[in-house]
Amino acid sequence: MIDSSDIIFKAVFTENLALVFLLGMCTYLAVSKNVKTALGLGLAVILVQTITVPINHLIYQHLLRQGALAWAGYPELDLSYLKLISFIGVIAALVQTTEMVMERFFPYLFKSLGIFLPLLTVNCAILGGSLFMVQRNYYFAESVAYGFGVGLGWALAIVIFAAIRERLQESAIPEGLQGLGLAFIVTGLLSLGFNGLSGLEF
Amino acid sequence: MRFRNHLLKPIIQNNPISVQILGLCSALAVTQSLLPALVMSIAVICVLAFSNVVISLLRHIMPSSIRLILEMTIIASAVIVVDEVIKTFAPEMSQILSVFVALIVTNCIILGRAESFASIHGPLASLLDGIGNGIGYSLLLIFVATVREIFGRGTLLGEVVLLPLSSGGWYLENKFMALPASAFFILGICTWIIKSYLNKTKINQRQD
Repeated sequence: MIDSSDIIFKAVFTENLALVFLLGMCTYLAVSKNVKTALGLGLAVILVQTITVPINHLIYQHLLRQGALAWAGYPELDLSYLKLISFIGVIAALVQTTEMVMERFFPYLFKSLGIFLPLLTVNCAILGGSLFMVQRNYYFAESVAYGFGVGLGWALAIVIFAAIRERLQESAIPEGLQGLGLAFIVTGLLSLGFNGLSGLEF
Repeated sequence: MRFRNHLLKPIIQNNPISVQILGLCSALAVTQSLLPALVMSIAVICVLAFSNVVISLLRHIMPSSIRLILEMTIIASAVIVVDEVIKTFAPEMSQILSVFVALIVTNCIILGRAESFASIHGPLASLLDGIGNGIGYSLLLIFVATVREIFGRGTLLGEVVLLPLSSGGWYLENKFMALPASAFFILGICTWIIKSYLNKTKINQRQD
């Protein structure tokens, strides 16, 4: 129990995917103009991460890892170079399902997310979550906690950022810097702040 | 004329990083020094041109409900090939780039162009669009990497430009440039310059 809360804490604060590893930046910068949309996207990311990381964990440990196919009589087979394509397959299938469910039940949210919902497939935060899970050799329960934690951390980062941007709309900004230019600089500052958390232990 | 636009527009006017906001993650992560940024640029141009052409050829027979999965499979195959080529011919480089070659799969420039361009245009236009966007991406990547390498380590492509203090010179390395956050500030300033330039040309055109 302590283990998994530790993993969640780490994934949210000290190893935040968006602000420390800088993954998933395209969506992060593009869908953060207001808090409501950012929150919707954040929830979608939490959902997708919590499901994909454990599924990819099962696939990797039982089908792809070297020696994983011993039960089928191939103890030396190493399919781990296929992990990229199979992880992406799982993520793409899940995102497309989420898209259909959202279109049916939350049409407003679906419209405001626009092209960025299909682009969740190529959100590096989601693939990155699965790749880190492989790299760190988590157990199954840990991978559930990790998936939830990275999703939550990413959602937290985008909501904070969207709130700052809403506030910035009312300030006087040099013309060329408006929009994206300032967004980069604000993210840079946020990222420096989160780097400062890296010494924390739970 | 139209085809030339497909190639040239994405380089500055519709630059994938600074205007379309696509493909940022790798731009931030591989720009600590110039050489990996160059390798990364070439890899992205190859994958982008290949995937754009293939997707544009298949655009009439792909059912739209499973198009995402098909597109990702095409892109992932191209990336696996590029990854293996780099591993074979430049094993040291592949260690420096680590997971970031694999993360080209999730570089949104590639899916973004596939969705918004290749799925509605012919193969030749898509090829040019792919190369153009690849070059636009590379330009910014190379610029950021050059600034970070010169000021962060005092070197360029491994050659000493500003002799650092640690080896008896005069230049104190800027440790901040080694942090990923510095790339944000450089990109922010780049965007500022590009946007001001674009606004100016717009105003000039109106006056003409």
